Amino acid sequence: MIFRDHELYGLYMGILALLVVASIIGFLLEWRVKTPRGRETVANINARIKAWWVMSGIFAVANLAGMTSTIVLFALLSFLALREFVTLTPTRRGDHRSLLFTFFFLMPLQYLLVGIQWYGLFSVMVPVYAFLFFPTVNALQGDPKQFLERTAKLQWATMVCVYCLSHAPALLMLQIPGYEGENAKLLLFMVLVVQLSDVLQYVWGKTTGRRAVAPNISPNKTVEGLIGGVASATIIGTLLWWATPFHPFVAWLMALGISLAGFAGGLTMSAIKRDRGVKDYGTLIEGHGGILDRIDSICFAAPLFFHVVRFFYSTV
Amino acid sequence: MASLVAAFLAWLARLISGANALWLDCQPLPRQRVYFGNHTSHMDFVVLWSVLPDEVRAVTRPVAAEEYWTTSKLRKFIAAEVFRAVLVDRNSNTVEERRNQMERMLEGMGNDQSLIIFPEGTRGEGDAVQPFKSGLYHLAKAKPNVELVPVYLENLNRVLPKGEYLPVPLLSRVYFGPPMQLKEGESKEAFLERARQAMVGLAGQP
Repeated sequence: MIFRDHELYGLYMGILALLVVASIIGFLLEWRVKTPRGRETVANINARIKAWWVMSGIFAVANLAGMTSTIVLFALLSFLALREFVTLTPTRRGDHRSLLFTFFFLMPLQYLLVGIQWYGLFSVMVPVYAFLFFPTVNALQGDPKQFLERTAKLQWATMVCVYCLSHAPALLMLQIPGYEGENAKLLLFMVLVVQLSDVLQYVWGKTTGRRAVAPNISPNKTVEGLIGGVASATIIGTLLWWATPFHPFVAWLMALGISLAGFAGGLTMSAIKRDRGVKDYGTLIEGHGGILDRIDSICFAAPLFFHVVRFFYSTV
Repeated sequence: MASLVAAFLAWLARLISGANALWLDCQPLPRQRVYFGNHTSHMDFVVLWSVLPDEVRAVTRPVAAEEYWTTSKLRKFIAAEVFRAVLVDRNSNTVEERRNQMERMLEGMGNDQSLIIFPEGTRGEGDAVQPFKSGLYHLAKAKPNVELVPVYLENLNRVLPKGEYLPVPLLSRVYFGPPMQLKEGESKEAFLERARQAMVGLAGQP
């Protein structure tokens, strides 16, 4: 079915065109910019564009190949994000068992639940069962030091990196009348809007940014960048209404919500990085930092988008 | 066969430990060296060994405990063929036994082989680096031209703490510091403490 979906191919053609234009601009910048500081920024921008080619390619293959490959991709992203997150969060010896449980049981199970489309357990496993399970296992390990803090860190890591992120592939399990078999576009719509919003916030911030939204958290996130980025990403999202089950006005609202949630995700994860005294979560993607630096916005946007769409459109 | 297993094990160790090598004022070259690292986990020497570039790993031999690596055929094969480990008896108490231990290490180095050792003797608890045993000093004295490279393994005690069997796949880092040598007339205690400080000083470098 997916292979006959011309709208899906249309979206990917658009992304391809965008990447080509970005690469040409990057090439021109490299040619024009002469100052050492400017060159540094341009080198970073070009590394980012190169990484975008790779990331878009991987996502496209998984998304076009169907539900299983999409779930596997997001499970892998969860794993890498969780690994980066827990590495930065101080844990103690007594947390070892809980960590094993998260990595090797909870995380695969959450994605398995998406695969078998068991919505009920999918939506409560982490917030109910894992929530109660972590403190119990930690208490049994017999280390009372910073008990609440450590338990909270584990729960937070699992909520953000596993639970929240798993809502992105979960979009594929929604049943929307008149939109059957087309959910791959819903996922692509969300990822596209949230990532474009990130990029456009960066572009607007670099060119016009003056006042920082939260200077102690992230000096790079500016009011001008936020407004410009969210506004332009929202316009693009609205123009993509034809690929979604939404009326153009609803597409506008959805894109606005996704962009704002994405901003909240980036800001929150920056606060954690700031507290731990690092700039990036990892070094996996050149120019971007770690996986978590790239998907923090998806982690916040996915559950919101999922539940709004589910409430207003889905029959399950 | 052995080299294939070695390549696979190195890949697996890097995957599990997410190890990232940082060479600080030290080039990853296949020179004759003694890499001395902090001991916090079962995985230490495998991870240190796995992050070395192939051509460096090919001339680097870990020093390992004889009593552990000779108990089965598989372990013997892995120790001898895959890691090309220099096996020593760790429970060397008498002067005679210690001399024998040193001889085996020097023999294992030959003219061009590097060693990986953990001079704390035993795995430390948590992050504190324990005082060094004197083996490093005797090696430095016997091989004055060999570069001694301090190595700090970060986070491995979280990946696989003492007494646990399953590793949590977090990200770890391996810091290689500037090579050092025994100074003329330097006492054993002063040298071992200097070496220990060089290792501790690597922790948390950018």
